[in-house]
Amino acid sequence: MSTIGGINSKHIDNSPVLYLDGVSVSFDGFKALNNLSMTIEKGEMRAIIGPNGAGKTTMMDVITGKTRPDDGTIRFSSASQDVSKKNTDYDLTQFDETSVANLGVGRKFQKPSVIESLTIFENLEMSLKGGRSIWQSLFHKLSSEQQAKLDEILLLIDMSDKAHELAGNLSHGQKQWLEIGMLLGQEPELLLIDEPAAGMTDEETMKTAELFKTLAKSHSLMVVEHDMDFIEALNCKVTVLNEGSVLAEGTLQEVKANEDVIEKYLGR
Amino acid sequence: MTSSETMKTNQMKLGPLTTLLMNDKGGRRLLAVLAALAILVPALNLLMPEGSLFHVSTYTMTLLGKYLCYALLAVAVDLIWGYCGILSLGHGAFFALGGYAMGMYLMRQIGDRGVYSNPDLPDFMVFLNWQELPWYWLGFDNFSFAMVMVLLAPGILAFVFGALAFRSRVTGVYLSIITQALTYALMLAFFRNDMGFGGNNGLTDFKDILGFDLQADTTRAGLFFCSALALMLGYLISRFIVTSKLGRVLIAIRDSENRARFLGYRVEYFKLFVFVVSAMLAGIAGALYVPQVGIINPGEFAPLLSIEMIIWVAVGGRGTLFGAVIGAILVNYAKTYFTGAFAEIWLFLLGGLFVLTTLYLPQGIIGLWQKTADKISKHLAERKSGQLPEGENT
Repeated sequence: MSTIGGINSKHIDNSPVLYLDGVSVSFDGFKALNNLSMTIEKGEMRAIIGPNGAGKTTMMDVITGKTRPDDGTIRFSSASQDVSKKNTDYDLTQFDETSVANLGVGRKFQKPSVIESLTIFENLEMSLKGGRSIWQSLFHKLSSEQQAKLDEILLLIDMSDKAHELAGNLSHGQKQWLEIGMLLGQEPELLLIDEPAAGMTDEETMKTAELFKTLAKSHSLMVVEHDMDFIEALNCKVTVLNEGSVLAEGTLQEVKANEDVIEKYLGR
Repeated sequence: MTSSETMKTNQMKLGPLTTLLMNDKGGRRLLAVLAALAILVPALNLLMPEGSLFHVSTYTMTLLGKYLCYALLAVAVDLIWGYCGILSLGHGAFFALGGYAMGMYLMRQIGDRGVYSNPDLPDFMVFLNWQELPWYWLGFDNFSFAMVMVLLAPGILAFVFGALAFRSRVTGVYLSIITQALTYALMLAFFRNDMGFGGNNGLTDFKDILGFDLQADTTRAGLFFCSALALMLGYLISRFIVTSKLGRVLIAIRDSENRARFLGYRVEYFKLFVFVVSAMLAGIAGALYVPQVGIINPGEFAPLLSIEMIIWVAVGGRGTLFGAVIGAILVNYAKTYFTGAFAEIWLFLLGGLFVLTTLYLPQGIIGLWQKTADKISKHLAERKSGQLPEGENT
């Protein structure tokens, strides 16, 4: 596994952050994922494209523990910032959604799912890493480090001035940003992001691409998207999924030139 | 960020109670009214002569005490339904279990003053020819033990039931149906004489509580005071829960369960926690209800009663806690009035009330009140804005 051009791995060890091998899932005989294999390096940003029904969302479900694969291996290697902990390698098929999230995999849904009846601040506060038990939640007090972290995220997603507004009042694009902010609060190692640019204006889309490039400096990202301009702006390696397995992989120019891709995805 | 920091230091200087009620105008008013009632009603009952205009009859006091128990029950329902989205249609079961635990203590207090003068066995057991007290009645002669059971009986049932249901991710209407089935099954079980809870007749003919005669006005006044106190404490506990981060996680679960799960919160634990707390509050309400009405029977498990509780909360305003209190008292007052005046149409009225609330008052009375208040203040602000450049939007 070589490191991807342009983006150097920030971590000393070079085992991939995410490793999928021969993953298959079928629903009532329909093979949503068919022997899917893919590797994401630490610190890599990867775009996933493919026609509807190619298995993009199912792949995310399988990684995050929402769906159990029938077959195959999914390994997540977390380079913990905690020095006392060694590099840890997990078999994600053994964990449920909550555990996977706490291991360091954050997920943004296709439909923005922020908590509309809470304020932006409360949404972010809830996302902050740690304090997940009943007791800790009941007696939670915001520490100054957490306050600083929140301010930092608010600044990053450009919502410092409206932190105490209800999340339900945000525009579609802003909800997407808030949800990304919530992902950051979790301090995940790997971010799985499903169609972040959906419902955004062109300007917002480009701002989002810039944001992701910033994030890629300290996280690994997997971005599912249909918007080709957005993918182009991301300027990263692209994987094309079709019928539950990888059709092509490479730079956007390479996959665009690939005949299979043209026939099965772009051509339509 | 300076403003939030000053806010924080301010909060530290304030007492915990003040912090809890800082943004809760309705709650503050409610607690003030309850505190006043807790003292005034018993005082007017005991101190004013019977003929006086200010005298509160024991009947009225007991009736009000009953409403306060229902109000606590409504708070318990609102805690899980309003904040966590768990629509339990079986909360009557927890209320009744708390009631039975208290009833068992009161039964044991009768001692040899029963019809059969048996010092150990309650009358119904003598009647059934039982020779000794069943094991699950042991200890209920002790008040503290009985009070622990008031919490534990509903708490354990809620824990076991909740653990099974939430782990298997039973949600929405399916959960409502099985909670309904739960209370129905318990009703059928408690109807059976061999269960050892008095069957059809339930537990009644209580004589005294902690040595005080249950028929005495002073005892009634004491029970009323305890009911008001329990409601205030129950409200504060619930308020503490919903204003903590845990409360916001509950709201997250209500609005988007998946989001909460993918944020790394173990949704089933949070649901279980709040479900058990709610069941215990319901149990306390039941325990205070029984000595005031003087009877507990399997009818309290009736599914219809559990549905009525939902209507109280919906009418009052879901997800506000104090709305539940107001709803419970208003609907029950209406029930007392209408079942007296036009008994046969009460159920139609109740059903109609629920339909109307759902259609036209989704936020209940509280929502209507707030909307009206907002309109008035907006109107006032508009009138003011003639003189002032900009109105403060508080």
